Amino acid sequence: MADTSMDRKRRRRPEISAFQWLTLALVAAFIIVPFYTTILGGFKSIGELRTNPFGLPASWDPANFTGIIFETALFRSLWNSLFIACSTVVLSVLVSSMAAFALAHIRFFGSKFLMSFFMLGLLFPASTAILPLFIKLRDLGLLDKHLGIIIAQVAFSLAFSIVLFHSFFKRLPGELIDAARMDNCGYLKIYWYITLPLSLPIIATVGVFNFVGSWNSFLLPLIVLNTDSNYTWPLGIMQFQGQYGSDWPKILAYLTLTIIPAIGFFLLAQRYIISGLTGGAVKG
Amino acid sequence: MTTIASSAALSAPRRARRYMDRKSLVPLLLFIPPALILFVVLVVLPMIDAASFSFFDWTGYGPMTDFVGFENYDDVLSHRHFGTAVRNSLLVIAVSLLVQLPLAMWVSLALVEKRWSVNVIRTLFFLPYMLAEIAAGLIWKFVYDGNYGIIPTVGDAIGVEMPFVLGDKFWVMPAIMLVIVWKYFGFHMMIYIAGLQSIPSEVIEAARLDGVKKWQIVRHIKLPMIWGSIVISVFFSIIGALQLFDLVIPLSNGGPNNSSHTIVTFLYQFGILRMKLGFGGAVSVMLFIACVVITVIYRRLLFSREVD
Repeated sequence: MADTSMDRKRRRRPEISAFQWLTLALVAAFIIVPFYTTILGGFKSIGELRTNPFGLPASWDPANFTGIIFETALFRSLWNSLFIACSTVVLSVLVSSMAAFALAHIRFFGSKFLMSFFMLGLLFPASTAILPLFIKLRDLGLLDKHLGIIIAQVAFSLAFSIVLFHSFFKRLPGELIDAARMDNCGYLKIYWYITLPLSLPIIATVGVFNFVGSWNSFLLPLIVLNTDSNYTWPLGIMQFQGQYGSDWPKILAYLTLTIIPAIGFFLLAQRYIISGLTGGAVKG
Repeated sequence: MTTIASSAALSAPRRARRYMDRKSLVPLLLFIPPALILFVVLVVLPMIDAASFSFFDWTGYGPMTDFVGFENYDDVLSHRHFGTAVRNSLLVIAVSLLVQLPLAMWVSLALVEKRWSVNVIRTLFFLPYMLAEIAAGLIWKFVYDGNYGIIPTVGDAIGVEMPFVLGDKFWVMPAIMLVIVWKYFGFHMMIYIAGLQSIPSEVIEAARLDGVKKWQIVRHIKLPMIWGSIVISVFFSIIGALQLFDLVIPLSNGGPNNSSHTIVTFLYQFGILRMKLGFGGAVSVMLFIACVVITVIYRRLLFSREVD
């Protein structure tokens, strides 16, 4: 196998032409320049931004960064976001995998209808329903509470998560479930001891998607939260930006501090994100 | 006993489907309700509520008594800035389809191979997609800043006085759309790469041995074979454009002079911030109907072909 493909490769014209490389390089520059100037900008003085936009800063003075770390609510807002994102992931994985399991493996009246009903949720991204959702959370007494954001996010992630879990569960070998059932093993045990352990890749994918969605979300926390100490980091950074107007070095330093953990997480988790996208397409 | 019962169920699956297994009742009652309750209470009911309060003049407190019929819809449709918001959303869809997706396709064709260098580039291109819209918006607000940003610096270098793009009625939408391309083309690229990688290499190899040119392979083999991926990415582009909000708030906040509103920033600015719930409800209902209509039409027209 490997040998023949190597042979073929040698005979083949180059896969990527020079013109394609050129466009790739341009696109790469287009992607990198904003990141690069942002991260260096935090070290520069405001005048330097204009006179020396692309070069290294004159001094690596970390005052902007330390000032933000010690004098703003950055860490509290990051912690709030982390708490909300983790709770969202745990709850949504649990709730949606249970529902998907029942829909995939238990025969009952109306299961097809129920599946279509949940899939309706694919049509309801949170921003469409944000106004009535606000009223509903207010009536439930969940305004300005993290729980309100968490359950709303779980509810809106259900459709997508159930679809992912459902198609994965359907692909698991049915003989496993049948064999377990013949051994008088109940559905609860099958779910917990057979299906879930076999589903770690899809759990990771659903978890990562929901984590990123929650970590990045802005509209829902914007509408639900109104106490500074409850703010998530996107609200915190918007507030900071509002206070410092165009003191760009400070804002860029704040931005850097928030995107560095996100980039780190992305590099660790991209395997699951991409395998979620590609794996689904290849197998499906 | 149970062995016989379940083997009977196995041998006669059709008959078994009609009955509800008594043993499955407890798991069903445990597994379905959490999802169902959350979904109904927080997704379905709010949308029905929105439909009902779109017919009332209501500020969110007390009972809804002031029935106004379709007046709210009338107010929305005749609102000075609603037309702009709709036009901008359509513009975003157009740019997504005409610029972003071709770019994603072009790039993905070059990045199919599973090589180390290709992987690095792919990761880089996908990075903006993972970034929060707020962070992306603020980064680009800096890039566009008329005093300290990259744009005026580039202008200096080539000797052109650059406008304050985000404060300029003409430039603000192109500026936002550039950020959209920057942020989202990597996502579509990944969808296409997934599709391209699923094409059996024998097919491409056979065509190549028959002397078919590279771009003919792309046109007549690769593109038709990833039709499903294209359909999905077009769908995400359209729905995503209709939902655009987070990116616009840090960049322009709908300004200058309300010229860069999208449907959702319009809803936020004029419905939610002013607590005009009837008005906002009407916007929500119209947006929802637009999403449903697009999805239904789209499924009829295109998703069915994907199955073939």
